[in-house]
Amino acid sequence: MGRYVARRLLQMIPVFIGTTLLIFLMVYALPGDPVRGLFGDKGGSPQVIAQLRHQYGLDQPILVQYWHYMKNMILHGDFGTQIASGRPVTDVLGDAFPVTLRLGALAFVIEFVLGIALGITAGLRAGRVTDNAILLVTLLLISVPVFVLGYILKVVFAFNLNWLPPNVNDSTNINELLMPAIVLATASLAYVTRLTRTSIAENLRADYIRTAIAKGLPKRRVVGVHLMRNSLIPVITYLGTDIGALMGGAVVTEGLFNIQGVGGTIAQSIVRREGTTLVGLVTILVIVYLLANLLVDLLYAVLDPRIRYA
Amino acid sequence: MRGAKSAKWVAIAAVVALGVTACGGGGGDKGSDSKAAIDPNGKFSVEVGEPQNPLQPANTMESNGSIVIKSLFAGLVDYDESGKIVYVNADSIDSKDNKTFTVKLKSGWKFHDGTPVTADSYVKAWNWAANPANKQTNSFWFSDIQGYDDVAPAKGAPKADKMSGLKVVDDSTFTITLSKPIPYFVYKLGYEVFDPLPESFYKDPKAAGEHPIGNGPYKFVSWQHKKQIEVAKFADYKGPNAAKNGGVLFKNYTSLETAYEDLKSSNVDVLRQIAPKDLPVYKTDLGDRAVDKAYSAIQTIAVAFYTKQWKDIDPKVLQGLSMAIDRDTITKTVLQGTREPATGWVAKGVLGYQPNAAGDVTTYNPAKAKELIKAGGGVPGNAISIQYNADGGHKEWVEAVCNSITKATGVKCTGDSKADFQADLNARDAHQVKSLYRSGWVLDYPFNSNFIRDLFGTKSDGNQGGFSNKKIDDEIAAADSASSLDESEKKYQEIEKQLPDYMPSIPLWYYKVNAGYSDKVTGVAYAQDGDPILTGVQVKK
Repeated sequence: MGRYVARRLLQMIPVFIGTTLLIFLMVYALPGDPVRGLFGDKGGSPQVIAQLRHQYGLDQPILVQYWHYMKNMILHGDFGTQIASGRPVTDVLGDAFPVTLRLGALAFVIEFVLGIALGITAGLRAGRVTDNAILLVTLLLISVPVFVLGYILKVVFAFNLNWLPPNVNDSTNINELLMPAIVLATASLAYVTRLTRTSIAENLRADYIRTAIAKGLPKRRVVGVHLMRNSLIPVITYLGTDIGALMGGAVVTEGLFNIQGVGGTIAQSIVRREGTTLVGLVTILVIVYLLANLLVDLLYAVLDPRIRYA
Repeated sequence: MRGAKSAKWVAIAAVVALGVTACGGGGGDKGSDSKAAIDPNGKFSVEVGEPQNPLQPANTMESNGSIVIKSLFAGLVDYDESGKIVYVNADSIDSKDNKTFTVKLKSGWKFHDGTPVTADSYVKAWNWAANPANKQTNSFWFSDIQGYDDVAPAKGAPKADKMSGLKVVDDSTFTITLSKPIPYFVYKLGYEVFDPLPESFYKDPKAAGEHPIGNGPYKFVSWQHKKQIEVAKFADYKGPNAAKNGGVLFKNYTSLETAYEDLKSSNVDVLRQIAPKDLPVYKTDLGDRAVDKAYSAIQTIAVAFYTKQWKDIDPKVLQGLSMAIDRDTITKTVLQGTREPATGWVAKGVLGYQPNAAGDVTTYNPAKAKELIKAGGGVPGNAISIQYNADGGHKEWVEAVCNSITKATGVKCTGDSKADFQADLNARDAHQVKSLYRSGWVLDYPFNSNFIRDLFGTKSDGNQGGFSNKKIDDEIAAADSASSLDESEKKYQEIEKQLPDYMPSIPLWYYKVNAGYSDKVTGVAYAQDGDPILTGVQVKK
């Protein structure tokens, strides 16, 4: 087990270098210059532009820039400085990540609890009315685009019923975060439901379940321990990759509800060609993604005793 | 069908009703609901985005930061609605030759930290900001002052760290000597760049950018990044524009749509702009709290004179293209009435604005357009393209303008879309524009030279199309050396009258503020630059 984890952690290094380098090069390839962009239509004094470009090392070759950036990041935990605001990128990250974490966590809880509950209900009643109804609802949730769903929820719950505030002004307020979290969770929730349902329905016919029932175990134990433990493997795989998606992929939802999280910051950094901010954000996302995947693989062993890591 | 029809009538009724109130409105919005009790200590919120730069007066070029800076700092002068100078911190600014200006400050002014505002607060701040080592984005604003070239030479190391043109006479007096006379220099002094800085600023300019200390009507309270900036009324403020409210919360919004939703559910009080999506309904939604007013900015189609196509063009061709654009229809339909057809190059609300300066060049006349293009030798290649940035909402009107030109004259016209503003600027700076490009201009100071000299002078920063005409350059020089402000204004007006003969750009339309406010506030007015005048807003009890 320990060797397996060590090997996986070592594998992260090339992935980490590859992604950061790729993103660095991609930002560099985009037309436009973050320093020139500060001046807009009016043009600025060439002396100041030159000074700024020098300060941020933009007058050096791209690979040298990348080298300096990585050196500072790994040795000093310094992600560079945002060009427009002059703030350290770590501060910018520190602003954005807690917001997204809160939103992501809330969405994750919703999709986990609701998704699995619905999936089990549907799986145990496979082929009956409840199953069909849940099937229909999940189909609907998958097919409705996020912004449509967000807008409908806003009109109904914020403007007509006045139950919830339409937008987020304070991300620590759970009332404000509830609606965006629901929107963010819906699509994944539907997938989780479907995966759980199929898996449960299939395993219900497996030999070991029949044995368990024949042993005279109570139904709660059959479903809760024997059935769920085996059926959740594909679901856990999906949930693991979904953590990454919840973190970085919430651009649309964030924009819709005025949430100043990671997604919006990424989009803004691309528009302003803030390469350092972008690489910093993505680096952390990559790490989150890799760790989540590792965790999932380790969970397999816990859930299925047949899986062993040497 | 029936529903749609009645909805149309409601909309028309609303527009008519608004038209009536708008005529009566103007500056007198304060009178409309004066019955409501006012809370002089009430705070209200304004929609802004996260300021891009630290809050240092000379480092703020974009609108999100400048509205905050304007509330925290007070400069020497400001402008009234017609573009006239109002003294704020200055008691007088006198000059005999338009080259040396003597500034006398009002006495008793204090920064928010209690230190007095002296002549040195200004001189030191300007010298600091002009120094390229301090990397202030607006530093070139000091280039008119004598000695700027020594502090910020185009090449090589700086020879001095103080501009020789600035001299402190006593605590409340200093003189500014320019490198050459500019009759309207006082106008430039209204820009935030020329604000004073307290002594504490220089200890740690970076920290001061996060926690600015100014001398304006509001003092800084807190800045929660990407959430809100709070400022409170400064009780010791001595200027003419003391706050009529207790303070302002600048609330951070990432999109105009969400801000508008929050306005409707009373989570934000004052908006600066309405999203295109909400334009068709905002007047019905807000009633007399909807704002629709011209401000001093203009949209033009500029010409890349460095291209083969336009190098030695007969201006008649450009006149023809201009007359082929149906501005009235496009502003009403595609732009939903958010713009007003331009009739010249200088925008409204600016001193020296003259109605119909461009003559008939900006009126739609397809027959004459065709004739002029033919007389000028035709458009080389018989095809043009208009470059624009796709992220600025320009696509629709560029297509409409192109259609109008093609329909009227048969000249093939296409939009040349650049992914975003950065890419657009990049192509302009590198002189890679293929034919024509979109170019907007918001005023820096309300004097007509800002729309002529800074755009069409051969060496001006804003002249990115390479327009160069010796006669215009000479006349600009003459207007700049005029003996008085009035004379300079008149000379610039004359230059504007001649511009149709050279067509440095094709004027399209003036911008309008389309905004709104909640029913918690009253007295909301908008200035020439399109921003709400925060100090005048009153909060209801």
